[in-house]
Amino acid sequence: MERTRGEGDLYRVAGALLLLLSVTVGLSFVDLGRFNFAAALAIAAAKALLVVYYFMELGEGVDAVRFMATASLVWLGLLLAGTLTDLFTRR
Amino acid sequence: MTALKCLLTDASAAPPFVDREQQREAARIGMWVFLMTEVMFFGALFVVYFYDHRLYPDAFASAGGRTDLWLGAGNTAVLLVSSLTMALAVRAAKERRDRALFQRLLLTMILGAAFLSLKGLEYSRHIHEHLLPGGSFVYSPSVLAQPAELFFYLYFVMTGLHALHMIVGLAWLAVLAVKARGDGAGADLFTPVEVAGLYWHFIDVVWIFLFPMFYLVRGH
Repeated sequence: MERTRGEGDLYRVAGALLLLLSVTVGLSFVDLGRFNFAAALAIAAAKALLVVYYFMELGEGVDAVRFMATASLVWLGLLLAGTLTDLFTRR
Repeated sequence: MTALKCLLTDASAAPPFVDREQQREAARIGMWVFLMTEVMFFGALFVVYFYDHRLYPDAFASAGGRTDLWLGAGNTAVLLVSSLTMALAVRAAKERRDRALFQRLLLTMILGAAFLSLKGLEYSRHIHEHLLPGGSFVYSPSVLAQPAELFFYLYFVMTGLHALHMIVGLAWLAVLAVKARGDGAGADLFTPVEVAGLYWHFIDVVWIFLFPMFYLVRGH
């Protein structure tokens, strides 16, 4: 069964997204060395998750949709893992 | 073609679907399959970026400092808010509130157009500063010029493809907005608006990653 969330939830998600945006911009002014980029990417991943889960309603409807979303991440992960393994181990 | 019709119009249940709900799920799954190919399409470019970032961290930090952080952050905010208005449009379409649907689609399009205008402004600045890869590319310090050119090559290709997707999205939303206001008044636009929303949010997700890659990579 489909749950209808109130529109208030959508506004709160957008608020969280803008908050994360200000956090990531703020962090870019702090010198964390090589962790600056890692932190920025982690925050981006959190934002992407919010958009996909709440705005694209990944939690609702048939399983095929979640399968598709997961599969695309797995393929991308294989591509990244294969390439980066080569890069990080080559001397 | 009948399969593509559900992207633009109110398609009442047609064979092979038994009812509208099944048809709606099929449209949703179809869009996700397409987005899966989009993940691979952009994904290949992301891999190239991470590869080169690892090889030339100093040049990427230097070149990343040449993009305008505040313009980039402002544009990110514009796009995030456009995702909110799009999600609200889907809600309006679901509840068959045509007036709200039209207004929310229009607002999403205005924000999308604002994003593209700011992007155009950035492009013209970069070109003016000789940062467009090719014959006229000039960079100092010159020792970093080659990898910095690579950075800007990726910048223009990736943000350019992203902008192209936004233009397609804007055209799609325009058709739906006309339908919500005009001949489609009273029609159920839930499925096409929902599927267009998936596409619009996906473009937003791509930008969410492009922002740290091209604006937050900078030296201290």
